[in-house]
Amino acid sequence: MKKIEVVTRPYKLDEIKEALTELGIKGMTVVEVKGFGRQRGHKEVYRGAEYQVDFTPKIKIELVVDSDMVPHVVKTIQDNARTGEVGDGKIFISPIEDVVRIRTGETGHDAV
Amino acid sequence: MNSADTAFILICAALVMFMTPGLALFYGGMVRGKNILGTLMHSMIMLGVVSIVWAIIGYSLSFGSDIGGFIGGLDYLWLNGVGQEAAPMADNLPHLVFMIFQCMFAVITPALITGAFAERIKFSGFLLFSILWVVVVYAPMCHWVWGGGWMGEMGALDFAGGAVVHMSSGASALAAALYIGKRQGFGKQHFIPHNLPLTILGAAILWFGWFGFNAGSALAANGLAASAFVTTHMAAAAAACGWLAAEWLHAGKPTTLGMASGAVAGLVAITPAAGFVTPMGSIIIGLLGGFICYGGVLLKPILGYDDSLDVVGIHGLGGTWGALATGLFATTAVNVGGADGLFYGNPGQLWIQFVSVIATWAFCFVMSLILLKIVDVIVGIRVTPEEESVGLDVSQHSETGYQF
Repeated sequence: MKKIEVVTRPYKLDEIKEALTELGIKGMTVVEVKGFGRQRGHKEVYRGAEYQVDFTPKIKIELVVDSDMVPHVVKTIQDNARTGEVGDGKIFISPIEDVVRIRTGETGHDAV
Repeated sequence: MNSADTAFILICAALVMFMTPGLALFYGGMVRGKNILGTLMHSMIMLGVVSIVWAIIGYSLSFGSDIGGFIGGLDYLWLNGVGQEAAPMADNLPHLVFMIFQCMFAVITPALITGAFAERIKFSGFLLFSILWVVVVYAPMCHWVWGGGWMGEMGALDFAGGAVVHMSSGASALAAALYIGKRQGFGKQHFIPHNLPLTILGAAILWFGWFGFNAGSALAANGLAASAFVTTHMAAAAAACGWLAAEWLHAGKPTTLGMASGAVAGLVAITPAAGFVTPMGSIIIGLLGGFICYGGVLLKPILGYDDSLDVVGIHGLGGTWGALATGLFATTAVNVGGADGLFYGNPGQLWIQFVSVIATWAFCFVMSLILLKIVDVIVGIRVTPEEESVGLDVSQHSETGYQF
């Protein structure tokens, strides 16, 4: 099992969610985050004084999938999140040791 | 006495009163969220405190019988002899009407200064400073210009308070910003306005109230009041456009804060000239006022003082430009009681205006520095670094403006 974390543009959330649902993904967690990568932030000007605002609002989607699903999930996310401009974000993939469904006590593949 | 004039000036007094809460919102939106209540308080409490000081002694020092061209006598102490009979300054109005109209000017002027020391002044020190300031700086200035004092006698034109209200608050704001010092983190941290919609609303209320301020300064419901109303509106309109154009060219985008600031700059600039210039004159004064005050706020980081909300750049510079512009654009075709300016063949008027500018800046700056020092010794003028860091709302008033 792998955990996939996606940091990307907030307005892309619906497209990504729908595409992943079609792929058969049953659940995900979404958080509103702020940060910067190569895009950096933006400039604000108040009475001629410029301020560099470093942190840009982003969303982070977290989901855990079976290892064989990872290539499909990553491709789907990339297809739907990509604009080609700086600031599209990143996908992080990491191993997951186990998963427990709280209600039933199922573990591993059954709980994903 | 004249009942139409009385009705008009009473309403104008109410309009000018509304400028002070308008100013509170204008300033309040520009500070950080932790200082919103402290900043609103700085303006609102002036309605309370200054009104009382005005009734006790301020009015008398301003409009009591002249002593050497410098100050009014104590004839009207505790509003003694100020009643329903005709006012000595305007025999078409009851004395009480003239007094309360002038009271509203005395209230907003020290409130204007508060933009210079926003986010770091101790409330007790601020109150003491403001009370002393009204007595020691405002009342003499008011007497000099409108109460039969030397500046008015010299022939200086100041229709609605370019010197009395705007240059005096601008010069005192510079003194305060220099004496109290910069906010913690000035030049390193971001001081981003926390609620610009409040600022825009405040600017709109100021614009609205300014009709009472300037048109009411005709002290009658007549053609001159109409003329001042029109010049006021045109100057504000032109300055909003002027500031926005300057900003768009210089910084790349037109901003709402720029539009609001420009409108206020135009209102400031036209104040001394409102009853002396033509509508076309007022458009030029406003347009240039927008450019000049935009330049004024850009000067602040270069000169390195922390005038938090640009009182010097907008009221100081705008008032100065307006006073000098009165010497350029004034014409007796608008107001037979006025004078012609340079463009109407009377260069002498510009010199008189220049003298009034220098005297106002010097007097208000020096007196304010002295008052700040006195207040600092008696009760202290600046909050502690910790109080500044948690904000004035909690440290001075034990309240917070917003619950998220």
